[in-house]
Amino acid sequence: MNTRAPANESRIPLRIESVAKHFGEITALAGVSFEVHERAIFGLLGPNGAGKSTLIRSVVGRVRPDSGSILVFDEPANTAAARAAMGWVPQDLALYGLLTCRENLQAFGRYHGLRGKALHEATEWCLEWAGLDDRADATVKALSGGMRRRLNLAAGLIHRPRIVLLDEPTAGVDPQSRNRIFEMVEGLRNQGTTVIYTTHYMEEAERLCDRIAILDHGRVIADGTKEELVAQSFGGRTDVLMRFPAAHPGAAEWTLSHGGKLEDGVAHFSLARPADIASLLEAANGAALEIIDVTLRRPNLESVFLQLTGRDLRQ
Amino acid sequence: MIYTIVRNGFLALRRDRGALILSFILPIAFFTIFGIVFGGMRATGTPRVSVLVVDEDRSPVSERLVRSLQHDPALLVSTRPEAKPGARKDEPVAPDYTADTAESAVKQGVAPVALIIPNGFGANPIAFGPATDREVISILQDSSDPVAAQVVAGMLQKAVMTSLPDTMAEVGMKFFDRASGGLTRQQRQSVESGISMFRDQLQRRDQQGGEPSASSDASGFVAVAIRDVVGEKKRSPMISFYAAGIGVMFLLFTASGAGASLLDEAESGALDRILSARVSMTTLLAGKLAYCTLLASTQLAIMFLWGAAVFHLDLFSHLPGFFVMTAATSFAVASFGMLLASLSRTRAQLAAIATLIILTMSAVGGSMFPRFLMPEMMKKIGLLTFNAWAIDGYTKVFWRDEPVSHLAPQVAVLVGSGIVLFLIARLFARKWEYA
Repeated sequence: MNTRAPANESRIPLRIESVAKHFGEITALAGVSFEVHERAIFGLLGPNGAGKSTLIRSVVGRVRPDSGSILVFDEPANTAAARAAMGWVPQDLALYGLLTCRENLQAFGRYHGLRGKALHEATEWCLEWAGLDDRADATVKALSGGMRRRLNLAAGLIHRPRIVLLDEPTAGVDPQSRNRIFEMVEGLRNQGTTVIYTTHYMEEAERLCDRIAILDHGRVIADGTKEELVAQSFGGRTDVLMRFPAAHPGAAEWTLSHGGKLEDGVAHFSLARPADIASLLEAANGAALEIIDVTLRRPNLESVFLQLTGRDLRQ
Repeated sequence: MIYTIVRNGFLALRRDRGALILSFILPIAFFTIFGIVFGGMRATGTPRVSVLVVDEDRSPVSERLVRSLQHDPALLVSTRPEAKPGARKDEPVAPDYTADTAESAVKQGVAPVALIIPNGFGANPIAFGPATDREVISILQDSSDPVAAQVVAGMLQKAVMTSLPDTMAEVGMKFFDRASGGLTRQQRQSVESGISMFRDQLQRRDQQGGEPSASSDASGFVAVAIRDVVGEKKRSPMISFYAAGIGVMFLLFTASGAGASLLDEAESGALDRILSARVSMTTLLAGKLAYCTLLASTQLAIMFLWGAAVFHLDLFSHLPGFFVMTAATSFAVASFGMLLASLSRTRAQLAAIATLIILTMSAVGGSMFPRFLMPEMMKKIGLLTFNAWAIDGYTKVFWRDEPVSHLAPQVAVLVGSGIVLFLIARLFARKWEYA
């Protein structure tokens, strides 16, 4: 099926410039700017309260920014053309509980202006894409949590938008359903859809996202590919995690003296080169420290986030 | 353990404002409203019965009788149509009611009763015991208010007792002359015989049924005939009233429930999703209004069909009026539901507000207690409710057999207020449009 608006490849799917929003004295967005390019999964990462949902709701017209501009394929986000190009999957299960899967999809399809054959084809495509074709006539209340999530996703795609905003689409689903959703999202990218994906699950961002913006306190504090973000924060450094027995005498003092920090019996070191681990182990042996295990790892997004914000992502 | 359960219950109740209002505030509020509505009758006296009086006789006796009726605190006597509100002082006064215009007025619901004093009444107004040679006062009644005619008949006898003592003395002497012929022994026996005869007559009446006939009373001082001029052919006089009254009350609840779907959608996020598509808030509200109007119409149709099937309500010969009133009432009620929903932030809040307002409107507007039995002030206050206008309209259709064109005031008020309420609801619904 082909219900998409004609694409202009030169246009940028989403361009956000200096968007600010205050709710009373609370600053939700403090001048957010970034661009999202076509046929990519763009991750919007941040802890709870960082401003992710406010930003997404601003893009889909549910929040009016105090200042700044949001352009969707060069059209202001609140125009009919921009709305037609966008699909939004809210974090909540925004469905009609007493309607069937098919009836829900048809209802949201009609809200997007689909009628007749186009609506029928779009509904069948969505049911198949979400793996719900065998539950098409089951009411939402009769579906499992994972199925509801998939239907929630499908309802945002019924009009085949060119850019899809997914607000924490895996919240509250089991690992199996989560994998299914990952495959669905990757399938969208492969079909040429641009995806904005907000999450506070680091592993989701690492697996899915081509580019990532880290949002904290209403600001973008880093923006780039995963590799770029790690390189920006850590260069070529490597993390070493060294575990000591509980209440090992002298461990804390030794760790500090070698540039690390001890948390819950685990010493964290950041080494310029992986080979430097040999001298670190030798020093520990010299200090008669008992080591239970040692882990060598490249810094990941979590390390980046910790480095940039001083907080864990899920705090 | 039980303590913990009880404590949890009270903690939850304290934090659920809707439940708190329903549990404590609503009963007190409703008690107060009912106290004012119905308890207030004591302060203003028993509700007065409206009666149209036509004096065809124009004799001194009949004029005194009319004056006496006018001074009766139980009656609200009109001898001519009231001037319309806002009428200029120099406008000519409406002519007095005639037997025909009074009958029309009763049929139109201006008053439940009309009293016609016939020509020749003054010449021979009263009699002791049965008499066939006197003029009979007619009482024309709207049988939807059967009490009113009986009150008027009773008050008429009382008025005669108090207003025509000389007539009574004169007639009494004639009776005495006729019965005794002088104060001889034989005359005394005759008087006793007459009194005995009167007693026998009363006794016979008691044995026959205890009370004088409801439709005529020729054995009182004044001969009275009561005639139904509205609803005389209706098999179940009050059914259309209750179908409309109860129907509108439940319609209001249905409308508030349908309006609550907006709150559910706002809570689930579906509203955000809909509004982020091509649907505007006005379109969404209009859609909800249309759904709610259709739902309410169906509900009323089922109610009246039930009335037709079970209580012999004559629905099928009144279909045009029924459709007009049902459409207007459903639209007004649906708009009211939209307004309630747009005013509320949560379902619990909506339930509390809706219950309070709907029960109050239903009490004042006549869904629970006929307005024609309420004090004048309450009748006027009742006009602020949908219930009163809807019931009045359905009464015109089913009770008074009035043509559809006569429904203009009711339809205008219901549709007009429906439009105004919808516009206010749209204004309040801005809170859902965007943050």
